[in-house]
Amino acid sequence: MEPVTRSHRVSLPVLAVASLVLVTLALALVFFVVPNDANQGFSQRIFYFHVSIAFTAYACFAGGAWKALLHLWKRDPRADLESYVAIHQGVIFGVLVLITGSIWAKISWGHWWLWSEDQLVLFLVLFLFYAAYFMLRFSVDPGPQRANFSAVYALFGVVLIPVSFLAIRIAKSFIHPVVFTLHGPNFGGWILVTYCVAQAALLVLAYTLYRIELAGKLIDVRLRELRFA
Amino acid sequence: MTTAEKYVTAAYCVVFAVVLVYVVLIALKLQRLERDVDELERKEPAEDDERETVSVG
Repeated sequence: MEPVTRSHRVSLPVLAVASLVLVTLALALVFFVVPNDANQGFSQRIFYFHVSIAFTAYACFAGGAWKALLHLWKRDPRADLESYVAIHQGVIFGVLVLITGSIWAKISWGHWWLWSEDQLVLFLVLFLFYAAYFMLRFSVDPGPQRANFSAVYALFGVVLIPVSFLAIRIAKSFIHPVVFTLHGPNFGGWILVTYCVAQAALLVLAYTLYRIELAGKLIDVRLRELRFA
Repeated sequence: MTTAEKYVTAAYCVVFAVVLVYVVLIALKLQRLERDVDELERKEPAEDDERETVSVG
């Protein structure tokens, strides 16, 4: 059987320190440097983490789909595990998108949730689709069949990402703000700097958590192999 | 503290709490794995001893 262990270029302690530094810097910029938004005031500060978390969730789902494709292509058992961990991360960040989005909606629109908003509903559909991935995965016995089913399902889900992202841009009427247009971001100055730092912080944090969870899963697999050897 | 400040604080606290819970769960899992490795390490010498005491021929 092909070994599932492989070394990474960046070590975990370095990633953990980078996550801590970037998240701290992002929080400092959000609360002490960036000015209040002219329309939304203080409540706009949710934007920096809410949007960054949403893009991080999309990146995790896309990464999971890429690893699923690698699994189907090369039959690499590690790729299946990496796909599973990436989707797990995506679901965790998806929960955070829904919670922070609901809090922001409550302040801005006076409602926790609006079923009439396409982007909210499409993100919920994407989230539920990937939540169902775990039901599928754990309803099949471990082995190549489970890995193949999971990989195909993960690949189907990735189609929902552009649909979710573009929904707000093709909708005729909406109240959800559009911050990224075809001509670039709708903001500049400290807002753009803070957003970029927050985005980098969350991507590095997600990658660190991914590596930690993956390391645990790989030890688990190795232990099972040793027990049954 | 205004209502907006309360909601923004709550949003960031939720993010922090979810990440913290996730890290604690992963740490607990790694502890369990460490115990399993120790258990396997203890079993291995015991099995070797058993093998030595069996008389052959």
